[in-house]
Amino acid sequence: MPDLGLNVIFKGKNAVRLLGGMGVALRISLIAVIISIPLGILVGILMTFKNPILKAVLRVYLEIIRIMPQLVLLFIVFFGSTRVIGVDISGDLAAVIVFSLWGIAEMGDLVRGAIISIPKHQYESGEALGLSKRQIFVYIIIPQTIKRLVPLSINLITRMIKTTSLVLMIGVVEVIKVAQQIIEANRTASPNAAFGVYLAVFLMYFIACTPISMLARYLEKRR
Amino acid sequence: MKKIKLIGLLGVLAAGALALSACGSSAKTADAGGKGGKNNFRTLDEIKKSGTINIGVFSDKNPFGYVDENGEYQGYDIYFGNRLGKDLGVKINYVSTEAANRVEYLETGKVDLILANFTVTPERAEAVDFALPYMNVGLGVISPENNKIDSLDNWNPNDEMIIISGTTAEPYMIKNYPNIKLQKYDTYANAKNALLNGSGKAWVNDNTEVLAFAKSNPGYVVGIDDLGVKDTIAPAVTKGNTTLLDWVNTEIENLGKENFFHEDYEATLKDTYGAQYADTLVIEGGKTN
Repeated sequence: MPDLGLNVIFKGKNAVRLLGGMGVALRISLIAVIISIPLGILVGILMTFKNPILKAVLRVYLEIIRIMPQLVLLFIVFFGSTRVIGVDISGDLAAVIVFSLWGIAEMGDLVRGAIISIPKHQYESGEALGLSKRQIFVYIIIPQTIKRLVPLSINLITRMIKTTSLVLMIGVVEVIKVAQQIIEANRTASPNAAFGVYLAVFLMYFIACTPISMLARYLEKRR
Repeated sequence: MKKIKLIGLLGVLAAGALALSACGSSAKTADAGGKGGKNNFRTLDEIKKSGTINIGVFSDKNPFGYVDENGEYQGYDIYFGNRLGKDLGVKINYVSTEAANRVEYLETGKVDLILANFTVTPERAEAVDFALPYMNVGLGVISPENNKIDSLDNWNPNDEMIIISGTTAEPYMIKNYPNIKLQKYDTYANAKNALLNGSGKAWVNDNTEVLAFAKSNPGYVVGIDDLGVKDTIAPAVTKGNTTLLDWVNTEIENLGKENFFHEDYEATLKDTYGAQYADTLVIEGGKTN
């Protein structure tokens, strides 16, 4: 069997370091997800309002976040905050801010899409039954919206977890950076370490994202 | 509640726009007013008072700056950094930087010092202040032992030279040896294979790279190890941080007296490059020849 460099993973504290790196990645993305979901739902509801100023502002916000690569946003928040307002924020905090802003914007757009996709007759039927606007929203629209939202938001969450690999550019040592460090440190001793180490990273991302996908399937079935 | 949210979002957008414009305009200038009139760096006294110096290093460039299996920073740059911290009497906080963000880290004062294999160039010198150099980088030419290349002057016009696109070797060769045919490769691995299977007569690359290659591949020899204009590697501080800069310069001069960088080479680079290249690569006391 060819040398896949798997032994490198078990050298010294390498395995623990890789897990720690995954922990950093998950912590950033999960905090961002916890912030993004409620605020994203709120933004999404606001997006369906007819108020033109509100609409325009949210549109600009969404487009900025969508057009800008996450890497650029990370640089702006991490270095820009120091340059412009002189606040020295840590890389972790900058990452949480950027991922939350991204999550809120995308989640908001998903919620908006899900709400407007509910056929008009659902509202009208509700009115015909004598339900108030609030009741229509709570008992008819929201349950259907959530059902449409689950697969989309799971997709967003896993994307956020995977995109945390960018935070290495602002000095946060997460799993990919640890992997690169391990590969480089063993450049001469085991030149094939890249395969083994990235295989381990792949498995860790897989294990981290699978429960989320399973949860999604469960939620979809339950309805 | 809605209003508050809206104001919050507006604030975010405004901050983003400000940051954008600031990044655009201050990329070249030192941006002295960055922290509301205060300096965007910490002076020597402020570093001493805080008890910790932040040093930006590479964490994945073996043998210059890397992290070993126990999670400890190691390498030529780190060996030097540890000594600086010891002589300054402060703890060291190593920050993992990338080639692309080293200048930004200094300009925002997020690190006090960069020791990340930082090559001195005129463009960079406009943005940061370089201290005295502590290492040479040049180009080297490697070839099979039975065809050692000592000089490029009598190059056979039918032979081709292997080169990696985008490295400093490429513009140098085009400018200074326009008659040598180049065989260009995109990756290190392809260039290496080209040399191993004889598609090219020799390979020109950073001298550290070719020396390391010769060390780990018997049968290949570096005939030229200091081709062309020599660049140097030096510590860098935020533009205008003269107190720290002066201290680092004095320190480098003093370390030269005890041959510190040769000791550093022995400890960190010898295994990769071999003992005989210490004088080629190391600059002692900041004195270039």
